[in-house]
Amino acid sequence: MAQHQVNYLKDGGLPVALTTIDKVVNWGRSNSIWALTYGLACCGIEMMASGASRYDFDRFGTIFRASPRQAELMVVAGTLTKKHAEFIRRLYDQMTEPKWVISMGSCANTGGMFNTYSTVQGVDRVIPVDLYLPGCAPRPETLQYAVMMLQQKIRKEPASRAQKPKRLM
Amino acid sequence: MQQSNRLRPFFENITFDRADNEMILNFGPQHPSAHGQLRLMLHMQQEQITKAHPDIGYLHRGMEKMAENMIYNEFMPTTDRMDYIASSSNNYGFALAVEKLIGLDVPRRAKVIRMLLLEVNRLMSHLFWLATTALDIGAMTVFLFAFREREYLMDLVEDYCGARLTHAAIRIGGVPLDLPDNFMDDLRKFLDKLPENIKDYEDLLDTNRIWLMRMENVGVISKEMALSWGCSGVMLRASGVAWDIRKEEPYELYDEVEFNVPVSDKGDNYARYKLYMAEMRESAKILYQVIDMYEGTSTELMAHAPQYISAPKLDIMTQNYALMQHFVLVTQGMRPPVGEVYIPTESPKGELGYYINSQGGPYPYRLKLRAPSFWHTGILTDLLPGHYIPDVVSIIGTTNIVFGEVDR
Repeated sequence: MAQHQVNYLKDGGLPVALTTIDKVVNWGRSNSIWALTYGLACCGIEMMASGASRYDFDRFGTIFRASPRQAELMVVAGTLTKKHAEFIRRLYDQMTEPKWVISMGSCANTGGMFNTYSTVQGVDRVIPVDLYLPGCAPRPETLQYAVMMLQQKIRKEPASRAQKPKRLM
Repeated sequence: MQQSNRLRPFFENITFDRADNEMILNFGPQHPSAHGQLRLMLHMQQEQITKAHPDIGYLHRGMEKMAENMIYNEFMPTTDRMDYIASSSNNYGFALAVEKLIGLDVPRRAKVIRMLLLEVNRLMSHLFWLATTALDIGAMTVFLFAFREREYLMDLVEDYCGARLTHAAIRIGGVPLDLPDNFMDDLRKFLDKLPENIKDYEDLLDTNRIWLMRMENVGVISKEMALSWGCSGVMLRASGVAWDIRKEEPYELYDEVEFNVPVSDKGDNYARYKLYMAEMRESAKILYQVIDMYEGTSTELMAHAPQYISAPKLDIMTQNYALMQHFVLVTQGMRPPVGEVYIPTESPKGELGYYINSQGGPYPYRLKLRAPSFWHTGILTDLLPGHYIPDVVSIIGTTNIVFGEVDR
């Protein structure tokens, strides 16, 4: 028989929190976004810098993983070329649901300054994108802000249902 | 859902004969230690590599073709995106080539600022190299340490030009801005602390058993091999050739500063690592000397050549002719004389050369970028066979290749 006696109505309240499954799941998901190391070009360096000592991405629960199967966020950091386009689609398909994509930098958004024969004019032609991040190259703070925006987006989504197929541009 | 558009692996111009026990391993293009987008086809016998085939072009953005449709000043920001670890050295190489083509003489203060930027970029690049190579080999602490110091340098450059990574801080004919007030003090403060920091890295790595096993006698490049593959920079100097373009064909103020060119004849990964560390110390030495040169120079920042270079802002605002010149130079671009020029500079990675063929028009007829990393990727064909899979990572690390530069 338990000896301790706690008056739940007095000492700090009941050890119970009322919530919904959606909120709990999304709380977990949004605070442990694991990103795929996908540095394609210059923006990849800023992505590394945001994971390194000064900007410290671990604060957000964002850890860079090298395998698409362990990642749920793909930060497309850099120029996507036509030769590489095939692989980005394959990697995106290998990621497990739920998954999100941040298109980092002008090149990934629209092709940027490289309007040439070899460059894909925006990754949204190949994979669906959740968040576009402007800049050439965006600063680490910008990337962290984008991840915070993504967290907000995740918290609004229903957790139980499968993600709706996203539309390609 | 995925069936209709299933992707099949596509191997261009490569034949696979699998008669024996050979395994083919596809390394990259998305691999955390592939330094961007290197793809290696490795033929293996057990763990040992018998044949290596680097497959490049995953970051080919067509820069050389872009240059043919751009006026000279317009192309400057594109050079940033070549070796994006040290952007200013690319800017500088291009600016120097165009200046040689025109025959411009740059004011001394601009030269001093350029020297500062070049050496700060060299430090940035070497610190980045150290961070990523150590990370690839598993030394996470060194990665965090080296990035910490690199951020201070990026702050300095940001103070100067406002950009962290892609500076575009050098113009044809000089530099656009004077140094901010506290730049020299900040730089000196950083340099005073640098030897301590380098010692920290060396304490962590030099006698580390794992680091030595991954580095010593791995990826040995003989002198002949380095020369025949067109290596330059640290790759060449680690193989016993004392070749540094800053010494051989001094550009800017490199003939006025005192510095050594560290050389080693071991040719392995460890020798290259030691050279990078030694070069950081030399860079600091150069920077101290350049800081002293700044005092007493006249305030001119751009060369005086009305035909090619816009006048200072004050003249543009007050003199009609200067405004007209400026308008023509911005809308139509400068027209260098007919001729061709090849200028090599010592970028942090090696010999960075710009070849420009001008037909007298505002656009270059042909612009060739000779990037050191391209040749250092080629050498992997000869270097990797005989090594084991873990060595691939450390060898790619010490070749210090950057794919913006390889594929251009």
